[in-house]
Amino acid sequence: MLWKKQIPLAITFIMGLILGIQYFVPSSTSDWVFDEYRTWGIIIGLFGSVLAYISFYRAHGMRIKKKAPAWPFSVVAIAMSLAMAFVGFAFGREENTVFMNMYTYILVPIEGTMFSLLAFYISSAAYRAFRARSAQATALLVAAVIVMLGRVPLGEQISFWHKLWPALPTFTDIANWILNVPNMAAKRGMGLGIGLGIMMLSLKIVLGIERSYMGSGE
Amino acid sequence: MAEDARKKTFWERLIQIDRRVIYLIIALAMILPFFFQMGLPIPVTKEVKDIYDHIEALTPNDVVILSADFDPSVSPELLPMFDALFRHCLKKDVKTIAMSLYIQGPGLIAPIIQEAAKDYQKVNGVDYVFMPWIYGYTLVVMDMMEDLKATFPTDYYGTRIEDIPIVKKIENYEDYDLIVCFTGSSSYAWWLLYAHEPYGVPMATGVTAVSAADIYPYIQSGQYIGMLGGLKGAAEYETLINEKRMATMGMEAQNWAHIVIILFIIIGNIGYMAIARKK
Repeated sequence: MLWKKQIPLAITFIMGLILGIQYFVPSSTSDWVFDEYRTWGIIIGLFGSVLAYISFYRAHGMRIKKKAPAWPFSVVAIAMSLAMAFVGFAFGREENTVFMNMYTYILVPIEGTMFSLLAFYISSAAYRAFRARSAQATALLVAAVIVMLGRVPLGEQISFWHKLWPALPTFTDIANWILNVPNMAAKRGMGLGIGLGIMMLSLKIVLGIERSYMGSGE
Repeated sequence: MAEDARKKTFWERLIQIDRRVIYLIIALAMILPFFFQMGLPIPVTKEVKDIYDHIEALTPNDVVILSADFDPSVSPELLPMFDALFRHCLKKDVKTIAMSLYIQGPGLIAPIIQEAAKDYQKVNGVDYVFMPWIYGYTLVVMDMMEDLKATFPTDYYGTRIEDIPIVKKIENYEDYDLIVCFTGSSSYAWWLLYAHEPYGVPMATGVTAVSAADIYPYIQSGQYIGMLGGLKGAAEYETLINEKRMATMGMEAQNWAHIVIILFIIIGNIGYMAIARKK
């Protein structure tokens, strides 16, 4: 209990206090503390990476052992991580090596493809979800359409009224206004709320009130 | 099942288009523009123009840091931004430090850097420097602000930092004249918190289109001098530096994808309203 609870809580409290003082009290000692923190941060982080690898192999190893649903993907995950590490150590990581070719011609297209699938899902979801069911939904719908038109060159071209009366805004101008005024007002409010939330959570962690990061579920 | 299909009215069919049909039309809308280009002019927004103007005003003694803090998933949007800004910096002869806080970043930007350097006949270590990935994320930002040479003992190609001519006069934050962070995550906030706020280094950012809405409050507060939002931001920058490259070509596809999505939204709403009126 002492190792799992009291000591981690004490380390968190002491380090939180030291770094808080370091930030608000500028002095040569503060500078020294900050330098040491940066050095130790990198060392601790690197050891954390080792733990991440252990956790990765253990989690996927358990899935294979238990024949969990889609367990063959765990075999692929482990095999590919070992293969990348092997070719990296054995043949180097410079240009035109096996490692860089695997990265450029396997990993990059796979990740790019995964993200680009969003365009298809968004199209289908927009078609089904963007319905003018109420005044609020209609406002959202109109704003979305204007921003989508304002974010492509065609939006500027089809703003025919701007050619007749240059004082009138184009789709691009209206989209910029939506992003710079109503969007920003909402984002600023959310930002303030999130900032206050982060402050509160940080304080709770330092004081030992919030303990879920220790994995105890408390 | 077949009986159910026969019972469906025209309006019901209009709001129940099979998703595979939508996927096919979207795929065609994105592929065909690569073969049939419209070449529409790309209007430049203030957020992009401000970054361009800032770099235009720099002199060959000034230092720009371009940090490609992203992985391959968002590279179709962010690589063209990095490419356009890196080319602009080379064209202006400013000292450019290319780097990444993400482990997958250097592998992505290496070919872009080499191609641009070849086009402008610039040399690594003399006209620009390409730094390797160092573990630490925010800690790397903090270290760089205090001491660049201590943070990066070598460049990406393994040359010792003491042997690189361009960094000889670059020490710390006092020497940096602009930092541009390209990201698909929240790493723009790391640079803001640990580089701009404590040290006052001017900052700009390039983000994915979905993240662009988050950046506006920072631009209005003056913390960022500007922003490149999504592929359009990159295409705008290519227009400014007069080099039609990846982003300008991609905008053709984005143009039609947006139009098709809007048409589907309109079709869905016509069907929905017609059914609602009947009820």
